[in-house]
Amino acid sequence: MNRQRLTGLIHKEFLQIRRDPSAIAIAFLLPVVLLFLFGYGVSLNAEHVPIGVVVEQPSPQSSSFVAGLQQSRYFQPRFYNSIQDARKAMMQRQVDGILWLRGPFTRTLLRGDTAQVGVFVNGVDANNARLVEGYLQGVWQNWLEQRAKASGTRLRVPIQPEARIWFNPSLRSRDYLVPGLIAVIMTLIGALLTALVVAREWERGTMEALMASPVSMGEILLGKLIPYFVLGMGGMLFSVALAIGLFAVPLQGNFFVLLFFSALFLLAALGMGLLISSVARNQFVAGQVAIIVTFLPAFILSGFIFDIQSMPAPIAFMTHIIPARYFVTILQTIFLAGDIWPLFLGNGLALLLMALFFLGLTWKRSRKRLD
Amino acid sequence: MFARILALVIKEFLALLRDKSSRAVLIGPPLIQLLVFGYGATFDLNHIPYAVYNQDSGFTSRELLGRFQGSSAFRQTAIVHNENQLATVINTQKALLVLHIGPQFTRDLLQHRPAPVQIIIDGRNSNTATLALNDVNSVLLAFDRNWADRYHWGKPPAQLDIRAWFNPNLLSRWFIVPGIVALLTLVVTLLVTGLSVAREREQGTFDQLLVTPLTPTEILIGKAIPGFVIGGMEAAFIALVAVFWFGVPLIGSLLALGLGLMLFLFAAIGIGLMISSLAVTQQQGLLGVFLFLVPAIILSGFATPIANMPSPVQDLTYLNPMRYFLVILRGVFLEGDGLGTLWTQYWPLAIIGLTSMLAASWLFRHRLA
Repeated sequence: MNRQRLTGLIHKEFLQIRRDPSAIAIAFLLPVVLLFLFGYGVSLNAEHVPIGVVVEQPSPQSSSFVAGLQQSRYFQPRFYNSIQDARKAMMQRQVDGILWLRGPFTRTLLRGDTAQVGVFVNGVDANNARLVEGYLQGVWQNWLEQRAKASGTRLRVPIQPEARIWFNPSLRSRDYLVPGLIAVIMTLIGALLTALVVAREWERGTMEALMASPVSMGEILLGKLIPYFVLGMGGMLFSVALAIGLFAVPLQGNFFVLLFFSALFLLAALGMGLLISSVARNQFVAGQVAIIVTFLPAFILSGFIFDIQSMPAPIAFMTHIIPARYFVTILQTIFLAGDIWPLFLGNGLALLLMALFFLGLTWKRSRKRLD
Repeated sequence: MFARILALVIKEFLALLRDKSSRAVLIGPPLIQLLVFGYGATFDLNHIPYAVYNQDSGFTSRELLGRFQGSSAFRQTAIVHNENQLATVINTQKALLVLHIGPQFTRDLLQHRPAPVQIIIDGRNSNTATLALNDVNSVLLAFDRNWADRYHWGKPPAQLDIRAWFNPNLLSRWFIVPGIVALLTLVVTLLVTGLSVAREREQGTFDQLLVTPLTPTEILIGKAIPGFVIGGMEAAFIALVAVFWFGVPLIGSLLALGLGLMLFLFAAIGIGLMISSLAVTQQQGLLGVFLFLVPAIILSGFATPIANMPSPVQDLTYLNPMRYFLVILRGVFLEGDGLGTLWTQYWPLAIIGLTSMLAASWLFRHRLA
């Protein structure tokens, strides 16, 4: 290992990064685009859901029920005269649900029986439909309580559920999406960009020129690792700054712990990128492979959006070989919950093993050979 | 003219399919993505891991907990005996939620007093937390109903009778899998068309193409047709997998789906050719495709509803062809839509397609000069 040769290689790599607009775009433009898209564009919190309301025989009782709906920030009621009109509106996707107070509603209620309130939700978007159902249940329970209060009694239901939501009491989906996004962005820089640049070196024949020079294979690898490690950590710091400064995601844990695990994850991602490019020596294929084996899993199978526990068992088991999975857990915990060491140790160990595995395999595969 | 275009189309197909690795890229990745998305991309909770912190020794709490044990939606992973253990179980994600039943539970209930049950839930994934809370509530409500009936607490004045249309069991797979048709069709079409001109430029064959008798328009048509054929075949294949492998119902009109697909491909190819005529190298082409794809997918309503986005972002989605095709796909698959109900989706797609095609041909001619 020769210091001068290594700095020469690193210098060359930085010059290349600076001169090629597409590398800069992946390292700096893409994180901004992704953070803005996810920070502003992606939300799982439904608000102002348009809901059709049909009241067949208006009465004070039905009005009080509907009033609860109007006051809720989750709903935007639209009134229809008949269930047929409301159904038509739902078919035309003007409303996402229908609340139907049938004719006998008031009569049944005053008689002391239980009135059935018909609710239809558009189930096409199953997740959204479930959330809407939950919000409707909330409106209904509020109404029951208010009714009891108005008649001077307390609501008498056997169980009074008291929910304590830890770490994200207002259940903002942004608070869990933005930290996870850092793993996706670092995967892009670490794996996709690295795979592309090494493949380009092969495609253009400059790898051959490098091999003919006195630099050793270890120096070539380190000459690639160090610049993209710096670039990746830069992208990570930039993303963290945006997450905290712009999107107001709290960072409960220690910043240096975050830095440490990010570095560990970045090493694993770089290892994957280098490994891919040593297998696929053409940019088109390397790009495709990097997207399939690193970017997509980091996106879909890491717990970033979709909960791993909801996946079928074989797929959930498969997620164990995805480094982003461990990093997303660490990120969500360190941002929202704080330093929970028992959790960090297991996940950090997995990251360390993966970094060693991918870098070791790359090291083993890299010989000064052209075939 | 047709003979010339045909020759170019044949050449394009040969260029795409002869190289083993680029052939593999067209077939392998979409299949993998289809399976990964189809199985992995789900919001449906099952086997929610929960822990129990029961300070009550009476039969009532056992009865309540029995309801959770008997439900396939829940899976008990721990029993805790004090607040410290409770925090550890949540912190280390051993359980998503803890049911805390106080010491007075049975006594309260038997004396006709409402008894609290505390649900401590991990909010790190806010969507999972919301859904899990809903599930807990419905178990508690079922218990309430039964208990109120047995011990004469009186009936609630009203009750919600909730039914879901189009997807009665609320399976997110029925929502995601039709969306994959749009997603993968867009990816493949953009890759095929977005890189085609750039590859010729990089390999120097573009100049050769220019000295042939082909006019720029003919070259453009010749470059567009392979994307149309491959994208169309890919979409049809994925739709078949959606129906026969994933068991998603397809109850609407196939004609309406076909028309939507044609218009969508038209728009996607126009955008791909625009990227292609701007890119000088394949890497730039790939990057251009990527920079278009990511926002297009995220702002399409594929995974998260457009209605939840802030309104300026919602306005932006009107430019996104995938947005319209997703409505067409889900409408035809699940809601039984036909041509008549979908025309509001067709015309914006047609306009996007026409505009992007015109822009591509303008860019194409001007990049030549």
